[in-house]
Amino acid sequence: MLKIENLHASINGKEILKGVNLEINPGEVHAIMGPNGAGKSTLSSIIAGKEIYEVTAGKITFDGINLLELAPEERACAGVFMGFQYPIEIPGVSMVNFMRTAVNEHRKYRGQEPLLAADFLKLMRDKKALVEIDSKLTNRSVNEGFSGGEKKKNEIFQMAMLEPKLAVLDETDSGLDIDALRIVANGVNKLKTKDNATIVITHYQRLLDYIVPDFVHVLYQGKIVKTAGKELALELEDKGYDWIKKQFD
Amino acid sequence: MSNKEKDQEQILRDVTQTDYKYGFVTDIENDMIPKGLSEETVRLISAKKNEPEWMLEFRLKAYQQFLKMEMPKWAHLNIPEIDLQEVIYYSAPKEKKEVKSLDEVDPELLATFEKLGISLDEQKRLSGIAVDAVIDSVSVKTTFKETLGEMGIIFCSFSEAIKDHPDLIKKYLGAVVPPSDNYFAALNSAVFSDGSFCYIPKGVRCPMELSTYFRINAANTGQFERTLIVADDESYVSYLEGCTAPQRDENQLHAAIVEIIVEKEAEVKYSTVQNWYPGDKNGVGGIYNFVTKRGICRGESSKISWTQVETGSAVTWKYPSCILKGDNSVGEFYSVAVTNNHQQADTGSKMIHIGKNSKSTIISKGISAGFSQNSYRGLVKVLKGAKESRNYSQCDSLLLGDKCGAHTFPYLEVDNRSAIVEHEATTSKISEDQIFYCNQRGIKTEDAIGLIVNGYAKEVLNKLPMEFAVEAQKLLQVSLEGSVG
Amino acid sequence: MIIKEEIKNIVSEFEALHSGQFASVVAATPAFLKNIYNQSIAKFKSIGLPNRKNENYKYLDIANLFTKNYEKAITPTQVKVDINDIFKCDVPELDTNAIIILNGFYFSPDGNKINTLPSGAVVGSLSQAIIDYPELVEKYLNKSAEKSDEGLVALNSAFIQDGVFIYVPKDAKLEKPLQIIHLMMESKSIMAQHRNLFVFEEGSEGKVVICDHSLSPSEFLTNSVSEIFAAENAKIEVVRMQNEHNSSKQLTNTFIDQQKDSDVIINTLTLHGGTVRNNLFVNLNDEGCQNRAYGLNLTDRNQQVDNYVYINHAKPNCHSTQLYKGVLDDEAKGAFSGRIFVAPDAQKTEAFQNNNTMLLTDDAQMRSKPQLEIYADDVKCSHGSTSGQLDEDALFYMKARGIGDKEARMLLMFAFAHEIISKISVEPLFERVNNLVEKRLRGEMSRCNNCMMACDTNQKNN
Repeated sequence: MLKIENLHASINGKEILKGVNLEINPGEVHAIMGPNGAGKSTLSSIIAGKEIYEVTAGKITFDGINLLELAPEERACAGVFMGFQYPIEIPGVSMVNFMRTAVNEHRKYRGQEPLLAADFLKLMRDKKALVEIDSKLTNRSVNEGFSGGEKKKNEIFQMAMLEPKLAVLDETDSGLDIDALRIVANGVNKLKTKDNATIVITHYQRLLDYIVPDFVHVLYQGKIVKTAGKELALELEDKGYDWIKKQFD
Repeated sequence: MSNKEKDQEQILRDVTQTDYKYGFVTDIENDMIPKGLSEETVRLISAKKNEPEWMLEFRLKAYQQFLKMEMPKWAHLNIPEIDLQEVIYYSAPKEKKEVKSLDEVDPELLATFEKLGISLDEQKRLSGIAVDAVIDSVSVKTTFKETLGEMGIIFCSFSEAIKDHPDLIKKYLGAVVPPSDNYFAALNSAVFSDGSFCYIPKGVRCPMELSTYFRINAANTGQFERTLIVADDESYVSYLEGCTAPQRDENQLHAAIVEIIVEKEAEVKYSTVQNWYPGDKNGVGGIYNFVTKRGICRGESSKISWTQVETGSAVTWKYPSCILKGDNSVGEFYSVAVTNNHQQADTGSKMIHIGKNSKSTIISKGISAGFSQNSYRGLVKVLKGAKESRNYSQCDSLLLGDKCGAHTFPYLEVDNRSAIVEHEATTSKISEDQIFYCNQRGIKTEDAIGLIVNGYAKEVLNKLPMEFAVEAQKLLQVSLEGSVG
Repeated sequence: MIIKEEIKNIVSEFEALHSGQFASVVAATPAFLKNIYNQSIAKFKSIGLPNRKNENYKYLDIANLFTKNYEKAITPTQVKVDINDIFKCDVPELDTNAIIILNGFYFSPDGNKINTLPSGAVVGSLSQAIIDYPELVEKYLNKSAEKSDEGLVALNSAFIQDGVFIYVPKDAKLEKPLQIIHLMMESKSIMAQHRNLFVFEEGSEGKVVICDHSLSPSEFLTNSVSEIFAAENAKIEVVRMQNEHNSSKQLTNTFIDQQKDSDVIINTLTLHGGTVRNNLFVNLNDEGCQNRAYGLNLTDRNQQVDNYVYINHAKPNCHSTQLYKGVLDDEAKGAFSGRIFVAPDAQKTEAFQNNNTMLLTDDAQMRSKPQLEIYADDVKCSHGSTSGQLDEDALFYMKARGIGDKEARMLLMFAFAHEIISKISVEPLFERVNNLVEKRLRGEMSRCNNCMMACDTNQKNN
C-alpha cells in the first residue's frame, strides 16, 4: 500500500531524514518509535504533504501512485489520514460544516454525489457513537477551546468519518490521561479492517498496550535503525533509547 | 482610605521622589558663544570648529530648511513655547590645544566623568568598552582609539571625522536623516556641535562595546550632537549611549540625531540609557529631549536592534526607526519608558518594510507614575514589494497611581497581502494579589513593586549589554521607588 | 490633496445655500431649531470640512468628496412610481415595521407620517415629530452632536429637515425590530443629509435595523447624523447594513449617549459602497454601561471603507468592546481608527478593541490605528490589530482532510467574517446576512441584487 524508499528530507537546509525505507501492507499496524528529534513528526508531515519540508531524494508510492506529486488534499482524498500531534484550532468554522465539506470532497474525488444533509447527520451520529465522542464537541468550532484529550478524540472521530486507507497517528497519545488514551485506542481498533493500515508514531510504549502493532520500527537520526515485532517496544521501554543510541552513535 | 492604602501611597511617594543623583554641576571654564539663533550663529559654530567649506554649506542649507518649518504638534505632549533665541548653541570646556593623552585632559572633567561612573582612563576600565565622552558641545576624549584603529575600526569624535575622514562623512551624513526630515533634525543639522563617528570595516566584529557618554553641564545651553555609525558588509558592533545633565530650574534643549547605515549581513545593536535630568517633583526644570534616531538596513540580511531605557527628561520625543530595505533584513525595537512626577514621553518606533521577507519586532513597556503622561507611538509600514514580511508589536503600559496617563497610538499601514502584521497592547496595574503574594512570602511592598516592575520590563532589560542592564535595573528602581496605590 | 482654498469655496457655497434657498424652505421652523441652524452653520464655517491634515482623516480626503457639483436635496423628492415596485427588501422573512427615507426625507405612501405603536412607542418622520412632539424633540435633538467638533456633523445640523424619529417610553419594549430603509434614487447627482433621532427611555428595549441602498446609477453623497439616547437600563441593538453602489459616497455620524446600566450594541456591516466613512461616537456617561461596537466590511475594486470609533469612558465600571473586521480584494482601501478614552477616575473600566484585516491582493491597502488614551489606573484595557492572509496551518489542516484549496480558503474567509455576523440577534436578518456574505465572498452575488436599476452592471463597464 505505502512504500517509502530512501527518503531524504530537509527543512531550511538542515537534513532531518537521511534515507528512510518503509513498506506497509493492508491490514497492518506499524509503530514508529524513537527519541525526540529523530524525525518522527517530519516523516508524518511529509506523508501528509506539509510544504515546509523539502524532499531531497527518494520516493513515496501509495497504491502505486507517486504520493509526493499530490497536493495535501489529494493525498487525503486518496485515503491518507494524518492525526495531528497538535490539532489546529479554527475559530468560527463549525465542526459540522468542516466535516461535511471534507466528506463531500472525498466523495467527489471518488465520483460520488454529495451526501444529503440528513444522511450526513446520521453518519455523524453513528461515528460519534462508534468513537465515544461527546456530541457537544461537534457543535463547536473546529478544536476551539477543546482540551488536549478532546482534540485527540476529535482526530479519531474525523478518521472514522473519512475512513482512510492509511492513518498516520502522530503522537496521538501525548497529553492524554489513561481514560482518554483508552477511548482513542478503542476508536483506532474499531476502525481497523483487513483493507486499511495504521502507522502509530509514539515516544512511549504505553499506547502500544492498547493498539497492538505488527511491526515496531525505531527511527534514529533520520533513519530506521531497527525493525522487529511488538516485543521491540517492550525492550525499548525496558532499556530506554540510550540503548539504541549506544549502538548507533 | 484604609491604613494599608495609606502605607502604600506613602511608599509610592517615597519611591517616586528620590533625588536625581547626577544633578551636580562641574565648575569649569567654558568657551561659549552668545545666545540666539541666526545664520551668524551657524557660521560662528562652523568657524569655531575650523570646518571645511562643504560642512558649512551643509549647515546653511539645513538652516534654510529649518526656517521654513514649524515645531510638530501631533505628539501627545504639552510643551510650552520654546524660545530658541534664549538658547546658547555652543559651549565647550576651555582647552588650550588638542588633547593627545589623558594627562592633558582637564582634571575637573576627568573627575566629572569619574563621578558619573565613566572612567576615561583606559587602564582603569575593567571591561572592554571604548568611550567617546561629550560634554556640552564637544567631545573631550575618545578612549581605545588606537586599539580599535589596528582593526581598521574608526571611532572618534564627529569633529575629528570631518577632518580625518571627509569622504566617509560626505557620503553618509544626512543619508538616513536628511536635514529636511523634521523640525528638530533641521535644527540639529544647522547647529550640531559634535558627536561620535564610527565605521566598522567589512568582515570585522568589533571586539568591544563602543559607547558615547553625553553630559550637559553649562547652563542655558542646548546640546545638539550627532552620531553616525556605518557597518560595512558582514561586520558587527554593539553601541551604547548614556546621558545625564545637572539639576537646574530652567528647561534645557537637547536635539540629537543618530544615523545608522548597515550593509549586507552586518548588524548594529544600539542601546541607550537615557537619564537626562527629568525636572523636580513639581515639574520645574528638566531636559526637553527631541531626538531623531534612524537606521537603514541597506544590505541583504542586515540587522538593526534598538534598545532603550528612558527614565529621564521632562519631555521625550523620540522614535528610533528602521528602514528595512534589504531582503531578509531585521529591525528590532525594545523599549522601557518610565515617566514620573510631571514627565511626559511620546516615544516608540517606526518600521518601514521595503525588502522581501523583512522582519521587525517592537516590544515597548511603558511605566507611568505620579502626574506623568506616557505615550507609545509607532508606525509599521509594509510597502507593496515587501513580500512575506512580518511584524509583531507588543506595547504594554503599567500605571502606578491614578493621576498619570498611559496611551498607545500605533499606526499600521499594510500594502501587501503576504505580510503579517500584528499589534497587541494591554494596560494594567500591579494587582493587590501580586503584592499580597509577595508580602506573604516575606517581601516588603516596596521591594515587591521593584520586583514586579523589573519583571515587567525584563524582556527589554535582557536585551541590554550586561554592564548597562545592571545600571538600568537600578535606575528603574530609583525612578519608581515607592510607586503603588 | 484638496487645498484650503477649495474647502473655503465649498463652505461658502453651503453658507449661501443656508441663508438663501434653504432659509425660505424652512421659514416656518420653531425657534429652537432655528438656533441649532444658526449655531451649526457658524460652527461649520469655523471648522470647515476635514482634510488629511486632520489625524482622524489621515487616510481619507473627505473634503475632496464634496468637489463634485451635487445638487443639494432640500425638498422631498416627488416619486411618481410606487417605491415598493422597485425596491423590495432583501430580507423577506424579516418581520419588521419598515420606514423608508428617500433622498433624506420620510417617504410615506399613505401620507401617514407618524404612528404610535401598541407598545406606546412613537415612530415616524422627524419633521412631523418637530410639529407633534416639539418638547421631546427640543430636549434631545443635537444634544450629543453639538458637543462634537466634527465639520461633517455641524454641516448636517445646519440643515436638519427630516429623518426618522423613534421614541420608546419608559419600560416599553418594541414589539418587533424597526427597519429603516435609506434609499437614494434620483436621475441627477445629489447630496442628501438625513437626521435620525432615537430616544429610549428608562428600562425600554428595542432593535433597529438600518439599510442603506442606492436605487439609481447617479452619483450620490450622503452625510447623515443619527443620535441615539439610551436612558438608565435601556437595551438597544442597532444593525446597519450598507449596500450602495460604487458611485456613492456615504458618510455616517452616529452618536450614542448612554446612561446608567444601559446596554447598546451597534453593528455596521458594509457590504458594498464606493466610499464609506462611518464615524461612531459613544459616551458612557454613568456607571454600569455596556457598549459593543462591531463592524465588517467586504470591499473590492476601488472601494474605500473608513471606520472611526471613539469610546469615551467618562465614568467608572463601564464595559466596552470594539471588533472590526475587513476583507479587502482588488484595489480596495480600508482604514480603521478607534480610540478608547478612559477619563481620570473612571476606575474598573474594561475596554477592548480589535481590528483584523485580510488582504486578498497585493493592491489592497489597509491602515489601522487602534488607540488607547488612559487616565485611570485600575482598568483592564487592551487592543490589537492584525493584518495578513489566511492562517496557513488552518489551511493545511483542512487540506489534510481533503478540502480543496479554494474551498478551504472560502471556509476560512467566511469564518473570519462570521464572528461579526454572529453578533446579530435578529434571527432572520442574521440568516440573510450570513447568506449574503457567503455569496459576496464566493463572488456569486450581483452586488446590488435587490436593485432593479442594475447600475452595478453599468459600473463594471466603466
